[in-house]
Amino acid sequence: MQTHTEVLEEARRQAEICNACRYCEGYCSVFPALHAERAFADGNLTQLANLCHNCRGCYYACQYTAPHEFDLNLPQALANVRQSSWEELAFPQAAGRAFQKNGMLIAVATVIGFALLFAALRALPAAGGEGFYAALPHNAMVAIFLPAFLFPLVSIGISLRRYWRQVGGRPVKLSHLVQAFGQAARMKNLKGGHGDGCNFEDQDRFSHARRHAHQAVMYGFLLCFAATSVATVMHYALGMPAPYGLLSLPKILGNSGGLLLVAGCGAMIRLKLRSDRSFGAPSAFGAELAFVGLLGFVGLSGLALYALGQTALMPALLALHLGAVLAFFLLAPFTKMAHGFYRLAALVADAQR
Amino acid sequence: MTQSHSPTNPDIVVIGGGNAALCAAMTAAEAGASVLVLEAAPKAYRGGNSRHTRNFRCMHQGPLGPLVESYSEEEYLADLMKVTGGKTDEQLARLAIRTSEECLPWMQAHGVRFQPSLSGTLSLARTNAFFLGGGKSLVNAYYRTAQQLGVQVLYEAAVTHVHLAGDQVEYIDYTHMGETHRITPKSVVVASGGFQADTDWLARAWGPAAKNFLIRGTPYNRGVVLADLLDQGIAQVGDPTQCHAVAIDGRAPKFDGGIVTRLDCVPFSIVVNQNAERFYDEGEDVWPKRYAIWGRLVAAQPDQVGHVIIDAKSLDLFMPSVFPPIKAASLRELAEKMGLPADGLERTVGEFNAACGDTSGFHPTELDGVSTTGLTPPKTNWARPITQPPFYGYTLRTGVTFTYLGLKVDERAQCSVGQGPVRNLWAAGETMAGSILGQGYLAGFGMTIGTVFGRIAGKEAAAYANAH
Repeated sequence: MQTHTEVLEEARRQAEICNACRYCEGYCSVFPALHAERAFADGNLTQLANLCHNCRGCYYACQYTAPHEFDLNLPQALANVRQSSWEELAFPQAAGRAFQKNGMLIAVATVIGFALLFAALRALPAAGGEGFYAALPHNAMVAIFLPAFLFPLVSIGISLRRYWRQVGGRPVKLSHLVQAFGQAARMKNLKGGHGDGCNFEDQDRFSHARRHAHQAVMYGFLLCFAATSVATVMHYALGMPAPYGLLSLPKILGNSGGLLLVAGCGAMIRLKLRSDRSFGAPSAFGAELAFVGLLGFVGLSGLALYALGQTALMPALLALHLGAVLAFFLLAPFTKMAHGFYRLAALVADAQR
Repeated sequence: MTQSHSPTNPDIVVIGGGNAALCAAMTAAEAGASVLVLEAAPKAYRGGNSRHTRNFRCMHQGPLGPLVESYSEEEYLADLMKVTGGKTDEQLARLAIRTSEECLPWMQAHGVRFQPSLSGTLSLARTNAFFLGGGKSLVNAYYRTAQQLGVQVLYEAAVTHVHLAGDQVEYIDYTHMGETHRITPKSVVVASGGFQADTDWLARAWGPAAKNFLIRGTPYNRGVVLADLLDQGIAQVGDPTQCHAVAIDGRAPKFDGGIVTRLDCVPFSIVVNQNAERFYDEGEDVWPKRYAIWGRLVAAQPDQVGHVIIDAKSLDLFMPSVFPPIKAASLRELAEKMGLPADGLERTVGEFNAACGDTSGFHPTELDGVSTTGLTPPKTNWARPITQPPFYGYTLRTGVTFTYLGLKVDERAQCSVGQGPVRNLWAAGETMAGSILGQGYLAGFGMTIGTVFGRIAGKEAAAYANAH
């Protein structure tokens, strides 16, 4: 296993070669940022690594990949720095080191999540609530999930502050945010500069498959999140507690989001299995798959809960779904989920360049 | 020898696997011919010197793709005449230039993608269309498209003999996976480059100093087919003793260093030889107009090596180098690190510094006239004393880009023997570029020649094959 210093050293060696070539300038945001530097400090490399979307266009275009003695593999070099930077910047750091490269631990944490929820269901019997609240009282859900929601926010907030300091970010203006969110919303950096997409599942053939899968996951997740937010507002501000009907806003958002999330995660896993692992951080491959699997399970169990909510399976499904959600939230700062936050920060920092 | 029609007996064999070869193969396949490409390199190194290219010089009457404004036939030709000193076949040159305009959309239709001119190359934004990702991405796109068109490709297939009988190619011998094969296509296109990777040949042509040259491109351009055809009396063109060579980073690999090994620091430096003596005006002109001259200058020095000396104030004035410069706190230390006589270097730098005058007019991007007085050789621009530590050094060596000797072709890209054409043999790319580039080089013109004549060769070869 390479140390953080070693992965930085290797990325620096490769970035210096790239900076003398510049053929890949048009592929993505990484190269204009790279070509703007003359020497690469650790912070520069961390920023470039988090800006890189691992589209692999530069690898296939590169005249210096193995067996050439320069042995360039920039997607892998940056993936290793990226992965390593998430471990270094995590709060608490030990949690980042534990989960970022360990799919098995993610699975174990998920099972613990299930167990906790089953135990909660057993310990906190129904107090005459409606729908899911018949299985687990509303107050109990809030008591479990409010801290589970706030903890990752605080953790990621601390990590992003560390990141910002390391890459030398400046005060953020609205225009930076508009540019960064605009790029993320369209996944511009997976379009390959020419708009033909990236190289992921079929060597040097360009395709939009990964970009589309990612969009499905991202927008699916955001729709589910919006469903929960809307329901929270309806519950507290409008005095309209769950359950909600099929055509209510929380259900429309939640069901469409759930379907997108499940389809996206499925496609993403399929693509990852077909992709060449040597262009990512090989040590994180299992953990990434486990994370996508967990996210897909959150969506799938949510949909199952909706479909079978009126049956005797409901309490068990509720425990599985909420257990997965719990694990997902608590692990968010320490799994692939963190990439979304760092990526946005990198795009904002790049907008300041 | 195995008599073999493997993988199947094609109408057309294309020898070579770079830009010109693929343009020929795709064009022929689109005309309905079955095509086999014999590429000597393994898949990872396919594409010859095209792997290292970055743009395509293109005539255009108005904005076209990534190209701004316009670039007329006459201006293009004038640029070519300037670098070749008139050593060009004007008819073929005009054909290449005129056809380049229709090539750009054709390239896009066959998978090539372009990008705006790279940072540090603004001067080419009007004349040269840059490939997104460089030449290897172009090669990748062409192999994908060729595959879709049914073109068969064999890698590590080295042609050993193209047998000429009268005015006709009779058969081709090649080796593949340890076996020798003989194949009898109707038409043959040769697009297998020059001979610069055969350093023995280079040394015979240039002199023993050539053994110390670095080869900037593919190690697979060994001129086997070129020599074989010339031995059989096929008409040749271009100076057999000459190659295009530039001054590059002396630490570059022997082969395939490509673009990154260039060094742009000479105009801001003094350059000394092994004896720590200057030998030429480093500030004669801007670097893009001088790097080829320096290839020859360095080749003429002891051990074919030059040493660039700069100080701290010049370090950021040129494109970053692929390897960091040698760095030292004093000139003596730098001399030791670079294997130069320390007293000699101090004396040379001292004399140079004393000859420098008013440097207030220094301007790194234009001829500023800041020159030495009373020094031989003089430095006529950018002459600033080398005084500010740390001091930096680079070694320069001669890097060969391509050779000029080639197959002479007509406007149909057809080869000839004796008084007439070879009925079924065409040539494209570097292997016939000597027909147009008698000396010198014009950035992006090699890809223009390859694309234009590759397409012509493919079309003619298919027409012949379809008719016979």
